[in-house]
Amino acid sequence: MTTPSRIWNTLQINRNQRLDRVRATLGTAISGKIVQAEQTCDLLHQVLDCGDRVCLEGNNQKQADFLSAALATLDPKRINNLHMLQSVLALPEHLDVFERGIASRLDFSFSGPQAARLAKLVSAGKINIGAIHTYLELFARYFVDLTPRVALIVAEAADRHGNLYTGPNTEDTPAIVEATAFKSGIVIVQVNKILDTLPRIDIPGDWVDYVILAPKPHYIEPLFTRDPAQISEIQVLMAMMAIKGIYAEYEVQRLNHGIGFDTAAIELLLPTYAASLGLKGKICKHWALNPHPALIPAIEAGFIESVHSFGSELGMEAYIRARPDIFFVGHDGSMRSNRALCQAAGHYACDMFIGSTLQIDLQGNSSTATLGRIAGFGGAPNMGADARGRRHASPAWLKAGQQARKGKNVIPRGQKLVVQIVETFREHMQPAFVDKLDAWELAEQANMAIPPVMIYGDDVTHILTEEGVANLLMCNTDEEREQAIRGVAGYTPVGMARDQRAVENLRDRGIILRAEDLGIDKRMATRDLLAAKNMKDLVRASGGLYAPPKQFRNW
Amino acid sequence: METLNFRFENGCRNIGPQAQLAGVVSSGNLEILIESTALNGACEVVVNTSAAGFGVTWRAVVTDFNLRWQLRDARLAINDMGATPAVVSLRLDQAAESVTQPPAKSEASV
Repeated sequence: MTTPSRIWNTLQINRNQRLDRVRATLGTAISGKIVQAEQTCDLLHQVLDCGDRVCLEGNNQKQADFLSAALATLDPKRINNLHMLQSVLALPEHLDVFERGIASRLDFSFSGPQAARLAKLVSAGKINIGAIHTYLELFARYFVDLTPRVALIVAEAADRHGNLYTGPNTEDTPAIVEATAFKSGIVIVQVNKILDTLPRIDIPGDWVDYVILAPKPHYIEPLFTRDPAQISEIQVLMAMMAIKGIYAEYEVQRLNHGIGFDTAAIELLLPTYAASLGLKGKICKHWALNPHPALIPAIEAGFIESVHSFGSELGMEAYIRARPDIFFVGHDGSMRSNRALCQAAGHYACDMFIGSTLQIDLQGNSSTATLGRIAGFGGAPNMGADARGRRHASPAWLKAGQQARKGKNVIPRGQKLVVQIVETFREHMQPAFVDKLDAWELAEQANMAIPPVMIYGDDVTHILTEEGVANLLMCNTDEEREQAIRGVAGYTPVGMARDQRAVENLRDRGIILRAEDLGIDKRMATRDLLAAKNMKDLVRASGGLYAPPKQFRNW
Repeated sequence: METLNFRFENGCRNIGPQAQLAGVVSSGNLEILIESTALNGACEVVVNTSAAGFGVTWRAVVTDFNLRWQLRDARLAINDMGATPAVVSLRLDQAAESVTQPPAKSEASV
């Protein structure tokens, strides 16, 4: 008697069965790896099994929109209960698959544009959310317990062998394809073009199973572009306080900026205000950041030495090509981005993250969750968290660590600067400072294990508002920390409830710094300080190389 | 439209004779006319605002402004189109700075 020996290659066998099914059904409609666009639904019906984990490439910027539309039209009697894995839910089709009963489970990271509809589908029981992740965390799970069975991805061009050229928006593609292809999964790509010779190879052809020439180029969002014309004087004032009170103070050389007008204002003040303070060469040299146009004046002024990017930014292609010392570009001249690696870079190799938020509570927890919307996190928590595994020192990291550890009997180590920059009131007089985050109620509504906090209070080192800078590193007690937060919370109910004497004491100790304490003349806080005041100025600063997308052109 | 009046007695800082205008009337913004007037040492603030119901916040913002500057014989006329307290405070300080020397470190900010 022998016990039946275990089969060790079920995944390979299953993969081959799927490929055989495709061959049998599509026959001559396939030429090598190339499948006709009209056959996409037939292909998906053969490749997919019910309950498959399917990674649909919906990124921060580029979208596998043709494949996601095709997936949403499949017959739910044949294909159902798919488990979708997605960085970003951006398009209506991303949710149509749940509404139509093709998919039922979701693990994702960010859903900004679809946040309200996602919340509705969850409460209607149409979607079972596994977890909301950060980007890096979701990619990590692709290699541990959420490995895709099928990946539907997007690239700029393919050749006949299935080699792929992603162009500057490489983004998530390498992480998704690697996880799928090396665990006997199936990779299907939509491309804008099929070429005999690619400008460069971003994904090797033997990792790719099927190539589809999409009827129209894939959608791409200029997500990070901010028109300088919309930057307010308050944002200029806050940018001045950031530069003088934090960047100069800690000599921050390696950093990541969040998305928004607050940080765009800082970028546009580098060649003017920061230069006038003699900070060129001392701050802001190395960046983990998308190549958005607000960086152009600082690059041209010689402030910025290097920029590695998560994705690209529409309209910046020619400028990037002309600045290969600054950006990461291939031998073909176009940029290569990589969201997974840039997230790792932002987490481990940057000394500072600064970004905006919607709500901050009295412990400094910060959240962009609002009622009725399940928006997720994206990458901010990877950037806006102390890297506990970091071991290399830098002046900024050491100084932050010294301030946090002063008077405590603990071994020396550094700390990342995590700065939240907010105006005390958002539009419609919504206070940015609250006693309790909306995240608590949202967690209850959507049955989440924990409230969706973007940046935890124990990672936040500074809060910057129009009223000043609160240095939370130097607070000795929870009470001091609370008063430091109240002390920059302006005329919000949280700010008005401050203990005036405690706040003045914190100010005397330099824990709260007002503009005047930093020697900043508020009269200087005008838009004249911006190195570019509108989109046209950015084009001019780039020597005509930057080509703004049409929604940003008014000429 | 709502009109709010504030008066603070016993100011100690004189302002220049030339009236000054700060800001513009546009959505989320405001304009402030500041001028020297004999008010028996007081500072008067008249607010015309498009956003009704924020009297308590206005009082807090204007009271802090007076603590910072303590202007004497000064009238400020404000036309507001829903500016946030941040913008109001900035414009008030800009208006005051345009008619005075810069203040010393303030004792109380809010």
